[in-house]
Amino acid sequence: MALIRITSPHAHKPGSTGNVMLTVLMATLPGLAAMTFFFGWGTLIQVIWGSLLAVGLEALIIRLRNRPVRFYLQDYSAVVTAVLLGLALPPFAPWWVMTVGILVAIGVAKHMYGGMGSNPFNPAMVAYALLLVSFPVQMTSWTAPFVLTGEGWAVLGLADTFGAIFGNISPTMIDAYTMATPLDAMKHRGGFTTEEMWIQSQMLSEGIGAWHAVSAAYVMGGVFLMYKKIFTWHTPVAMLGALAVISTLFFLIMPDQYPDPFFHLTAGATMLGAFFIATDPVSSATSNKGKLWFGAGIGLLIFIIRSWGNYPDAIAFAVLLMNLCAPFFDQYTQPRTYGHSKANRGLKGE
Amino acid sequence: MNSPVKVHSFHGGIHPPENKRQSTGAPISAAPIPSRIVLPLQQHIGLPADPVVNIGDRVLKGQLVAEAIGRISANIHASTSGTVVAIEPHAVPHMSGMPSDCMIIEADGLDEWVEHQGLEDYTSLPKPELIEYIRQSGIAGMGGAGFPTDVKLHLGDDHIVNTLIINAAECEPYITADDMLMRERADQILGGIEIIAHLLKPLHIMVGIEDNKPQAIRALHEALDDSSLNIDIVIIPTKYPSGGEKQLIKLLTGVEVPSGKIPADVGIVCQNIGTTTAIYRAVKYGEPLISRIVTITGDAAGHQQNLEVRLGTLFKDLLDHTEAERDQLYRLVVGGPMMGITVDNEEIPVIKTTNCLIAGTSIEMPPQPPAQACIRCGMCEQVCPAELLPQQLYWFAKGREFDKASHHNLFDCIECGACSYVCPSNIPLVQYYRFAKGEIRKEQEEQRKADHARLRFEARQDRLEREKIEKEERRKARAEEAAKAQAARKDAALTKAAAPAAEKASGVPDLKQLKSNAAIARTKLKKAEKALTNAQEKGLDGIDALQATVEQLQQKCDAAQKAYDDAQKAPAAPAKPALDIKQLKTNAAVARTKLKKAEKQLLAAEESGSDDVDSLKAQVAELQQKSATAEAAFKAAESGTTAPTAAAPAIDTTELEADIKAMQAKVDKAEAAWKAAVESESPAADKMAAGVDKLKGKLKDLQDELAKAQASRSQASNSQSGSTPAAPAVDTSELKADIQAMQGKVEKAEAAWKKAVESESPAASKMAEGVEKLKGKLKNLQDELAKAQASSAPAAPAIDTSELEADIQAMQGKVEKAEAAWKKAVESESPAAAKMAEGVEKLKGKLKDLQDELAEAKASVAPAAPAIDTSELEADVQVIQGKVEKAEAAWKKAVESESPAADKMAAGVEKLKGKLKELQDELAQAKGANQPAAEPTSEPTPEPLDMKALKQQVSIMRTKLKKAEKQRAESDNTDPALDAEIEQLKQRHDEAKAALDAAEAELIAAAAKEGIDLKQLKIDAALARAEVTKAERALSKVEDASDTSELEAALVAAKTQADQLSATLERFTE
Repeated sequence: MALIRITSPHAHKPGSTGNVMLTVLMATLPGLAAMTFFFGWGTLIQVIWGSLLAVGLEALIIRLRNRPVRFYLQDYSAVVTAVLLGLALPPFAPWWVMTVGILVAIGVAKHMYGGMGSNPFNPAMVAYALLLVSFPVQMTSWTAPFVLTGEGWAVLGLADTFGAIFGNISPTMIDAYTMATPLDAMKHRGGFTTEEMWIQSQMLSEGIGAWHAVSAAYVMGGVFLMYKKIFTWHTPVAMLGALAVISTLFFLIMPDQYPDPFFHLTAGATMLGAFFIATDPVSSATSNKGKLWFGAGIGLLIFIIRSWGNYPDAIAFAVLLMNLCAPFFDQYTQPRTYGHSKANRGLKGE
Repeated sequence: MNSPVKVHSFHGGIHPPENKRQSTGAPISAAPIPSRIVLPLQQHIGLPADPVVNIGDRVLKGQLVAEAIGRISANIHASTSGTVVAIEPHAVPHMSGMPSDCMIIEADGLDEWVEHQGLEDYTSLPKPELIEYIRQSGIAGMGGAGFPTDVKLHLGDDHIVNTLIINAAECEPYITADDMLMRERADQILGGIEIIAHLLKPLHIMVGIEDNKPQAIRALHEALDDSSLNIDIVIIPTKYPSGGEKQLIKLLTGVEVPSGKIPADVGIVCQNIGTTTAIYRAVKYGEPLISRIVTITGDAAGHQQNLEVRLGTLFKDLLDHTEAERDQLYRLVVGGPMMGITVDNEEIPVIKTTNCLIAGTSIEMPPQPPAQACIRCGMCEQVCPAELLPQQLYWFAKGREFDKASHHNLFDCIECGACSYVCPSNIPLVQYYRFAKGEIRKEQEEQRKADHARLRFEARQDRLEREKIEKEERRKARAEEAAKAQAARKDAALTKAAAPAAEKASGVPDLKQLKSNAAIARTKLKKAEKALTNAQEKGLDGIDALQATVEQLQQKCDAAQKAYDDAQKAPAAPAKPALDIKQLKTNAAVARTKLKKAEKQLLAAEESGSDDVDSLKAQVAELQQKSATAEAAFKAAESGTTAPTAAAPAIDTTELEADIKAMQAKVDKAEAAWKAAVESESPAADKMAAGVDKLKGKLKDLQDELAKAQASRSQASNSQSGSTPAAPAVDTSELKADIQAMQGKVEKAEAAWKKAVESESPAASKMAEGVEKLKGKLKNLQDELAKAQASSAPAAPAIDTSELEADIQAMQGKVEKAEAAWKKAVESESPAAAKMAEGVEKLKGKLKDLQDELAEAKASVAPAAPAIDTSELEADVQVIQGKVEKAEAAWKKAVESESPAADKMAAGVEKLKGKLKELQDELAQAKGANQPAAEPTSEPTPEPLDMKALKQQVSIMRTKLKKAEKQRAESDNTDPALDAEIEQLKQRHDEAKAALDAAEAELIAAAAKEGIDLKQLKIDAALARAEVTKAERALSKVEDASDTSELEAALVAAKTQADQLSATLERFTE
């Protein structure tokens, strides 16, 4: 047998990018389950529909780009994007919302920038932001948590949900099962104080538990990923920490006007963002210190937009804005190399 | 002893599968003696060793076979006894896969040791000697790098070493050589440590060992715990790459080796555990480094074990020994799986740094899957022991942004491979870093080279600039000398020109003169007629006067024509046609040159879009015509003179023949030079070719001339010897015509220039130059004419004076008329009266001048003795001189442009100079022969001439002429009267000039009477000066040579002679 010549190292840790992505997909399962449990079949259908679209579109584009389709599909990155978008969309969002979202995420945000590894922005969040500003009605019609509202699973079964999403059931019917999310309520509470808001909305105060449970599920998935060393603790901890600190600060000063930090951390998509969105390696900062800045920036932006902005939630915008800053962080947060007294800053000659 | 040492940690690191168990099952055993030993001359870092045995020599085990060269190098010893069969390139374990020089020993199987003996008590030996002893043993770091150990042991000299670290970490998977060594030979390790400690005197000794080698740790404890040295066995957690020197130092001391420094800079020296045993064996038993322990492992290796292997044993022999499964063998790795290299054949020897041989199967070490896109997951960053950002470095390397990669501390990468190991996208990161490092090193090398080249270039530019300045200075000096020489030559030419005058003062009416007179008269007549018609047309004043002038001129013209006709009918006197021809030739050449210049000017003007293109064109046309006429005249004269050359046929033909020979030689030389230039691809070749052609043309001319001369001679000899064919006169009329044309040109050019000045044209300055040039030319022509006239003037003094007399009469008439007109004007109280008064005054002045002139002319009529004509020789000399100058100029250009033909050209110049000298000598001889002949015929000069007065006269005329011209230029409307006046003034000026020249000729004649040939004197003086110049030049050329004294003496002599001659000359000319 002919001996091959190859440079070191000759040992390689088993695993591939596909494995990484599959691990991430696995970590989303608790969250997906919780979503399905509390908000019906919609999320599951969205995730599956989105994944099918994403894989198809990815294959098409890779074919158009004259690259080996099979090889690139093996990394499952398109599926991850679709799953994350599916988790973020309202469960009863019409099918075309997801379609537009996948087109934007895979076609524009990913492949127009060079595909896997080259996209400066998180594709799922680009799609989400576009959908949010383009279709505000569909994007803000959240289902009420069925279990807690007492009507249970019977109301919208799998077939009905399927019909609702793919257009056989009129939107008005769906309206009956939608309600404002806690963040929506908080945003549009009018002249009420936060306390009055909870008292005023019985359903919301009862339903908030569903949101808490979903957040807890995401945390589970995130911890699992950290344990698997898919990402380091830096980004989520910095993000949650920054959000907690600033919301605590404002809550302590004006408890009437600002919700408590726990609400901020658990009522919206904060946990999804912290463990599954902000940790997207491609579009985030890469040095450990850079990740801290990156995460903290997202946390701060979330609070700012939620409190004074026009949107009830802000994960997408906060992440996209910090994506912009990631290269900068990378350049100014280089680690101190072994044998150097201090770390390099920036780039030479620039 | 086993004091607890705090174990620090380093960033990153990985935990690859250890795979060490396979090879620790069996104790170390000795590998068999191979039949062939291949010892690479470079098994270490530094210079390769130099063989000290010859092919065919029998060497013993442990015998020195190659010697270290330089400080960083290592000796090489035979690892078994046998015969050296070759020293040739052979495959070696190197990343590049390139073969390198190896000594191949055919083992005899006796394994016979060279006589060797250890040191009884190394502590009694001075340290340098002990280190030298270790150096002789050829020990180089056995951990992997192969740095010569003795160099490290010297570190105690210039560094304070407080910590000695013995590297027993052995962090790479698979390798167990050190592990087994510690298990089995811990006492030897202790012995080695003691020797190193003796040399370096460290305060603290630490043995770093990973916790995955419990047996080794136990063995070390057993051996070292009893040591009196301050030794700590530090157990470190198993993590790759803790065995890296920097990482181990960090682990054991918490200190980081600064980037770009060595551990000794922070007081630490590291030695590999294997190296310590080698030192021990060398010192204790006198055994050089000829064997080492090698782990033979991998799933395809058969019996995986550690072997004591003689250096130079081929992998093939080892794999044979362990009964490797060759059909399973997929990848053969030398060293560990993380940093080892693969080899593509088994014919590669074990060297000092070979610690492991992994015979991997394709399952064990599968081919790397294709790399996926980097997702910047940052796993590489987490494991990097150097705390780099590997993914950033990857992007930079991939994008060839090497400066950014450098800034991200690429060169701190130790290429441990941890990043590649963990990369989920299977990117061969280390390969990218190696590539980037290589590229950066290449760039730096290129930069260094470029800087070097730049420095050299700048130095060269400086030197060239300096040389240019020096050359310029030399050139200036030479130019001054040349100017002096030129002046001398001019003097000579003047005398020469004057000479024919003396010769021709035979009183015989000169046809030429007559003809020219007639021509002049015609011209004058025409001008006057023109002025008259002009005046008539415009109804100007003074028509009467003009008419009178015309009539007078008509008469004069007729008279002149008649005189000429008469003279023609009369038997012609023998004359020297050569001069004429030469003159004509010169004329033709001058005309051609002028034409060329004018054409050039025209071209330049056209290019610069100047508005005087038309006038220039006109000029060119005119010049063309003139050139044609000059050429025609020359040819006519030439054909006309073929017969008359018989006057001096002997001299002529021999001279011509000599000329031809010289020319032939020149042509040959030029051709040779040209060929050389062509061969050396010199850019001057084209020019040279042109030069050769020219020379050939000249040669042809000369040959033609010779043929003609010979023909005429034979004719002459056939005819009556007494008969002297008529010679055509010097055609001054032609010259005059030239002058007139030139004057016209000057005027036109001046007008154009003025226009240009008025219109603020940018070409004005150029035009001014052109005008100056034209004026210079005019001057030349006038001089020429003057000379020609002078040479012919004495021949017909009567006519000359008669003309003057006629002029005077005419002038008188004019004056009278002018006076009458003025009176009338005064009477009628005309406002023009004042001007007229001025005019009258002027006319009177002119009249006076003319009268003076007449007097002078009458006085200057003096006969001179005819002499043998040396003018031809002189002309030759001049031609040669011109050639010399041209050649020198070409040579200078060649030198400046650094043409390779410069040397040859210099030689050519020298030869031409030699020829010039010859001709000058010849000339001098001819003159010498001439002198006695001239003496008896020379007659006393009537009276000494007042040269000063004549000179004044000329200058007065010139001033007047200029004034008049200025006046005309200033006045807006053209005054035909003024034009006519100017014309007259010009003629008068010319005549005055001629008188002066004639007077000078007289002077020469006078000098000749005293037995001194003034001309000869002048030439001699010029020659002497030339000699001086030559000597000076020669001296400056050989400045650096030692034998300048001779040249200096020659220079002094030449100067003395030149000074003397000049003094004599001055006596006569002043």
